[in-house]
Amino acid sequence: MTSLAEIEVRPRQRPWSVLERGLRTAGLSGRALVIFAPALWLTVFFLVPLAVVFGISLATKQFGRPPYSDLLTFAEDGTVQLTLHLSNFIRLFTDALYVNAYLNSIKISAIATVVALLIGYPMAYFIARMNDPWRNILLMLVILPFWTSFLLRVYALSGFMRGNGVINNFLGAFGLGPIVMMQTDFAVYVGIVYTYLPFMILPLYTNLVKLDEALLEASADLGAKPWRTFLSVTLPLSIPGIVAGSMLVFIPAIGEFVIPSLLGGPGTLMIGRVLWDEFFANTNWPRASAVAIAMLVVVVVPIMLMQKAQDAVVERDK
Amino acid sequence: MRRGWFLPIAAVLGFAFLYAPIISLVVFSFNESRLVTVWSGFSVKWYGELLRDPQILGAAWLSLQIAAVSASIALVLGTLCAVALVRFKRFRGRTALAGMVSAPLVMPDVITGLSLLLLFVTMESFFGWPAGRGMLTIIIAHSTFCMAYVTVVVQSRLSDLDLSLEEAAMDLGANPVRVFFDITLPIIAPALVSGWLLGFTLSLDDLVIASFVSGPGSSTLPMVIFSKVRLGVSPDINALATIIVGIVALGVVAATVIQLRARPRRARA
Repeated sequence: MTSLAEIEVRPRQRPWSVLERGLRTAGLSGRALVIFAPALWLTVFFLVPLAVVFGISLATKQFGRPPYSDLLTFAEDGTVQLTLHLSNFIRLFTDALYVNAYLNSIKISAIATVVALLIGYPMAYFIARMNDPWRNILLMLVILPFWTSFLLRVYALSGFMRGNGVINNFLGAFGLGPIVMMQTDFAVYVGIVYTYLPFMILPLYTNLVKLDEALLEASADLGAKPWRTFLSVTLPLSIPGIVAGSMLVFIPAIGEFVIPSLLGGPGTLMIGRVLWDEFFANTNWPRASAVAIAMLVVVVVPIMLMQKAQDAVVERDK
Repeated sequence: MRRGWFLPIAAVLGFAFLYAPIISLVVFSFNESRLVTVWSGFSVKWYGELLRDPQILGAAWLSLQIAAVSASIALVLGTLCAVALVRFKRFRGRTALAGMVSAPLVMPDVITGLSLLLLFVTMESFFGWPAGRGMLTIIIAHSTFCMAYVTVVVQSRLSDLDLSLEEAAMDLGANPVRVFFDITLPIIAPALVSGWLLGFTLSLDDLVIASFVSGPGSSTLPMVIFSKVRLGVSPDINALATIIVGIVALGVVAATVIQLRARPRRARA
């Protein structure tokens, strides 16, 4: 601990005083700098890149470096020519590959989200009803996979489900199986539910732990059966948690690349995988950019929904 | 309170689902056979194999460096951003800043990776910087998305903070910078630690963004794991996964114990 005398004698020599004086002589208020640094970084490395993607989605593939055509060409007589190719976007709507990949991504993500909700809700509710040491231990068990490598968890699951994997060995011991699970859409569903389950449980838990038990008791006292109390008290009160958890599973699942490529079959079309192949296998950067822009349109609506739900919760808590 | 049978059974099954694959992976990392799923005897030879693999060791070292630098940059920028959003209630562009910093949380990785790569290529052709792609471009990309997570963590801690402490310091004549370093920073230190750790873990874990923005000769650990795993199971990856799971489990258990001890005992009704 610094003694009182020390503080009085040399407060000016602290490094931050020097820092502040330096800022003042540079004519900058600290406040402006605090806002400016992250705003500049995000503009350059988040906003501008999205604009670049949009620009290149209007170019066309060509051989060379970089492998796309210039949007602006400068002629010798001083004229500037702007060439925009809409062909990439037209292809997205006319080629069955892209249309199917979109619809399939939405379908797979939506079903996986519902399954994750059905598994995650009872778990979150159970943890929220527990008493103290157990509640924290179970919560820790939910958080632990979240800190473990995503890629390694998908790999662990593949070891579990493959032809000579743990499940089939187990079934084989009873003379059953083997069941083909890997490289099917089923494996992709299991993969998404497995890896994103903690994202579903945590917001649900945060919501359910605030539930007032007096409401449940009142409902029971008034003669409601447990399932009736659940449907008319617990469930409606937990809607913000359901929305938050579902969006945290649904949105990232739409653009998922690792799960369909490690667990899915060649026929498992998902838009993130199509973008990856367009870029790495076909080196068609403009087409990949168009796919990215279209994917953004799909995820922006749920993102805004989630933002709205969150703002509503923040407002109510104030 | 009703104590039915449904919730406990559902919870047990749910936790079994979460943990069975990880546990089987850990168990089979000690298997002697190359077949990852048939038990043939206890052995640690895959751990030895792992430690003799220069490709994995090199990639792990590169990933650790990238993760440490990215988490640190993200910590500084994310804390500044959180302070701006929580403490400065009104300024022009507040909504835009709030939107920009939370968007990377849900942005699909393929879009982030592609957009940053195209930015780097465009910048290189205009300004000649960054020359080529590699460690630097991966660090920039990781700092950007880790910053979003740091901001969320620090923001929630800052908004719970008792303002009267800072006001008291101001009343006693401390300038805002001094108040921040003397009062605010020590109080939000736990949030800063968890923000940094979160950034470090996320950077260490990222496959997709790094694949887009890395260059020749700079393969990160997830990129090496992915190319091995794609070809099928490999027992040395099981060993690597066991080491990572072990470190993470130790860290999470330690953090939970510290948190439980530090929490003041509240009177419960």
